This record gives sequence, C-alpha cells and structure tokens, in this order.
Amino acid sequence: MSNKLGQSQFRSDLFKIYELIPKETKVLDLGCGDGTLLNLLIKGKNVKGTGIEISQENIFKCVKNDVPVVHGNLNDGLQEFQDMAFDIVILSRTLQSVYRPDQLLTEMTRIGKTVIVSFINFGFITNRYQLMFHGKMPMTKTLPDFWYNTQNIHLGTIKDFQQLCCKLNIKITNKIPLGNKVIPLAKIWPNMFSSTCVFTLTSQ
Amino acid sequence: MKKNNSVGIVEQKSVVFGENGDDPFILESGKKLQPLTLLYETYGELNEKKNNAILVIHALTGNAHAAGRHTQSDKKTGWWDDMIGPGKTFDTDKYFILCSNCIGGCSGSIGPRSINPKTNKRYNMDFPIFTITDMVRAQYKLMQYLTIDKWLAIVGGSMGGMQALQWAVDYPDSSVSIIAIATASSLSPQAIAFDWVGREAIMSDPNWNNGNYEDIIPEKGLATARMLAHITYLSDKSMDIKFGRRMGNSETNSKNFTKNFQVESYLAYQGQRFVERFDANSYLYITRAMDFFDLSNKTNGDLASALSSSESKFLLISFTSDWLFSPEESKKIVHALRRNNTDVVYCNIESNCGHDAFLIESETISPLISDFINCRYKEEKDVK
Repeated sequence: MSNKLGQSQFRSDLFKIYELIPKETKVLDLGCGDGTLLNLLIKGKNVKGTGIEISQENIFKCVKNDVPVVHGNLNDGLQEFQDMAFDIVILSRTLQSVYRPDQLLTEMTRIGKTVIVSFINFGFITNRYQLMFHGKMPMTKTLPDFWYNTQNIHLGTIKDFQQLCCKLNIKITNKIPLGNKVIPLAKIWPNMFSSTCVFTLTSQ
Repeated sequence: MKKNNSVGIVEQKSVVFGENGDDPFILESGKKLQPLTLLYETYGELNEKKNNAILVIHALTGNAHAAGRHTQSDKKTGWWDDMIGPGKTFDTDKYFILCSNCIGGCSGSIGPRSINPKTNKRYNMDFPIFTITDMVRAQYKLMQYLTIDKWLAIVGGSMGGMQALQWAVDYPDSSVSIIAIATASSLSPQAIAFDWVGREAIMSDPNWNNGNYEDIIPEKGLATARMLAHITYLSDKSMDIKFGRRMGNSETNSKNFTKNFQVESYLAYQGQRFVERFDANSYLYITRAMDFFDLSNKTNGDLASALSSSESKFLLISFTSDWLFSPEESKKIVHALRRNNTDVVYCNIESNCGHDAFLIESETISPLISDFINCRYKEEKDVK
C-alpha cells in the first residue's frame, strides 16, 4: 500500500494524511476527487470512508474505485451531518477555493472529532519571490493557474491560517510543514519554506 | 459497452398464486387478491450460487417487457433494451435479470380489468386499493417462487425507484444493493396535484362510466391525463430545444384552436399512443398508489429510522432538470442513509431532459451503474 502511495504522482500532502489516519476509523473526505485517498484508506486501513465531490466526472471515477461518494458542493455547508459524526474529516488543498473558509472550518470541527487540513501556503518563498521581483501573481507547481482563472479565491499564509484557527477557537494539535527539497528549512521556518502544511485540528 | 447486442426474442412468463383457494395475497388494506396473477420476463441465466440475480422494476406506465422483442417482426424493443443485454450495463452474460409487471397494471399481472372470480365480471372500480408496498410484496412472492434468496441489485426509476426503496424498508436483507433513479421517498404535493388533475380528466370523461366501460373507453380523458403527465416528464429547456415555437405545418397562417404548434401535435400524438396501450382504471389505481407512497409513514416521518435495518449498499441518481422528482428528493434519502452509516453513492447527473432523463440518458448513467454493480458482484464472489 505505502509503495503505491510513495509513487511520485501521489501528492505529498495526501501521503502525509494517509499516515496520520488511524486504522478502522470513520472518515469523511471533503472534495475527495477521484477517490484515490479514500480507496487506499478503505483497503489499507479498513476505514469506513465516504466522500463529497462536486464533479460528475470524478464521481464516476470514485464508483470505479468502489468509494462511496455523494455529489455535493462544500459551499452549501455540512448541515446534514450530526455533531461528531466522524472520527476524521479531511480537506486537502481545497480550503482556499470555498466561499467561506472560516465557516467550513467551523462546520468541520463540529462534525469531526479530528480535522485534517492540508493548506497551500501563499507565504512560500517562491510565491514571495515572484510577487516581489516579477511584480506578478505567482504561478508554481502548487498554484499552476493564472490569477484570472484560478479556483483559489481565498489564498493565505500559514500564519493567516493559524490566526484564523485561534479566532475560531479551533485547536491546532499537529502541524506538519511540507517542503520540496529543502525540508529542514520548512521545519524551521514553515511560513517561508513550506509550500503546503498539514494541520490536525479539534474544536476546543 | 456493446450497444448492438440484444437479448433477442424473449417470452413472457406468468405465475398464478392462490388459484386453489389457498395462499391468498392479503393487501396492506387487509383486502384479498385471489388468485394473484403475475406476468414477468427474465433475461440471462441464474448461476449455481444464485448470486447474480437483478430485479428491474418498471415505472408508472411501464411493463415487464424490459428488453428484446416478443417476435421477429416487433418494431419496438423492451423499455430498457439499451441497458439490458449481452455486454450491456445489465450484462446478460453475467447476470440474471427479472422484470415483472406491477399489480394493478394492465400488461398481464392482475389489475382492475382482470376478471373478479366472485362476480365473473371485470373488477373495474371494485379492485381493491393497493400500495407501493403491495407491489413489492407481490415481487417478493415471485422471488420466493423462483427460489432466489438474495438479489444482487434491485433497480428502478421513478415509481420503480420507489419500489426499490420500499424493498429496502420491508425486506432489509433481501438485496446486496439498491439502485434508485430519479425517485423520491414520498411524492411531492406538486406531483400529487398533477395526478389529481389527470384522474379528474379520466373520471369526467362520460365514457369512463364509473369505471365500467367495455369497447368504448374513456379515450379523451386518458389522453388528456397522459398529455398533462407528459409535460411533467420534460423540462422547459428540453421543450424549447425539441419544439421551440415552431408551427406544425405550413398552412397555419390562420390562427385557430387546432394544433398550431409542434408541441401541441407532439402531446396529442403521445396522448393517442398511450390510449392504445394503457388502461384508464389502471392509471387511476397506480397513480393513487404513488400519491400515498411515503417510505417513512410507519416511522413517524423519520426516513433514517425507516431505512435503518437495510443491509444494502445504495446508488442514487437524480437529474438536474427533473422537477417532478427533483434532486432535493434524492438528497433527502442520501442524508437519511448517511445518518445510518449506510454506504451510499449519489450523483446528480447534468441533463436537460427533465424526469424523462432516467430513460433517455442511459448512455450517460451506464458506466456509473455497471461499475457499481460490478463492485457488488465481486464482493459477493469473494465472500462465497
């Protein structure tokens, strides 16, 4: 299982999230895409997994992957779920594209005992460099689109995210900054050297 | 998916329960139907382990003839022929498929036009009121008769979907999976309203004669009911694309009250065709069964608790432009299932075709359904 996860096409944040999830838990993956992560979790860790996905095409792929998935838009909220309905709620690199990240985070901590968020860090050095010296919105591997056609409408830095959690009374129980080739630096100064950061959260 | 493969010539089968005075079929109302005749068709072979059986359930005006042709010269194939056959979604090389005509219908199973053994006359309006639950119980009898212990899948659209869901409530361990397409856990007030007007049209036709008609049928009333219903099966967009404001023929410079617009001719044609194949009394009874359908009527409106015993995995499909059985109706069911920790897949398919999409969009929904069933079939094979 981890061999498959170790393959380069599997995003590093998903690999980290996979590691963080205990066996036989009840997991909700928000914006689960083609269901790759859930499929691995269901087969490899025997989790009771389910996803929400907005794209019809991805839902078809989920079904091929035998992943239970429900067609839905995260902007419509998570009202249908009861408090603490899941052991784990996952949101991977999606927070920046919802209308109200603050409301979604609050909802996630309501329905999940543990919340795992992987967060794209706009404060990453490459982004800062491009903005500073080219005077243009950054375009990187993590942020591949133009400013005018990107889904990312709420970009922020790790610092911004932490401050928001504090404001929402959400406790950060784990913070795992991911770097590219400069991993030691990512750990020392995440807001500068980590392109994506995985957080685990709980409501206080 | 091999689209051209057909199941070929199929035969209709029928079974009669309670012919000798035993084994009466008791309806939810407490009334008896005896004897109970059921007409059905099967496609493919039941395997030795009997774990490849799929129950396909037709919609309001459908029948047991889901695939193939009855004779070489039949112009039309069964109503879901593009889904059922060798290599198709419901692959008859792999699965055994059963479709039966619902009770109260007019295509071979017992219905208002059948002969009442007590009077030796047609039942007509003496036919007892029956429910979606009764339809399911009749199918359950057929399942026992064919010695099938468990379905691999129960699948239906619209009223067929209602029955598939009712199966999950009444026989919670009877199917590995439930596939409910363009359906609802209860009929919306809007749909009840349309049904009411449709029935009014039939019952106010003098030829209806309180249901006691023979050769002269309430053609006008039934055609009007069908035309009205047909509008609810389409969407404003699909009507705009299909007809626009186009005129039926070139001689329509004179504006009058004949069929000036194409959409009018189309509806009149649909109404006429329907009269040739469907019975007015059956229409009254079956629409009434749909009106009263409410999956949670025994659990005080709590849908999750109604479905809580079900051991099936679910696939629910709705269509964006379906306003008769709207996506919101499917979402209610999905939420209830999720509350129960039941595995559920739900997809709201982008389509302009309105409620009719469940028959028209076969090609679109085909991979979803075949992959879903395939996973269930693999699980079953691995277990046993």
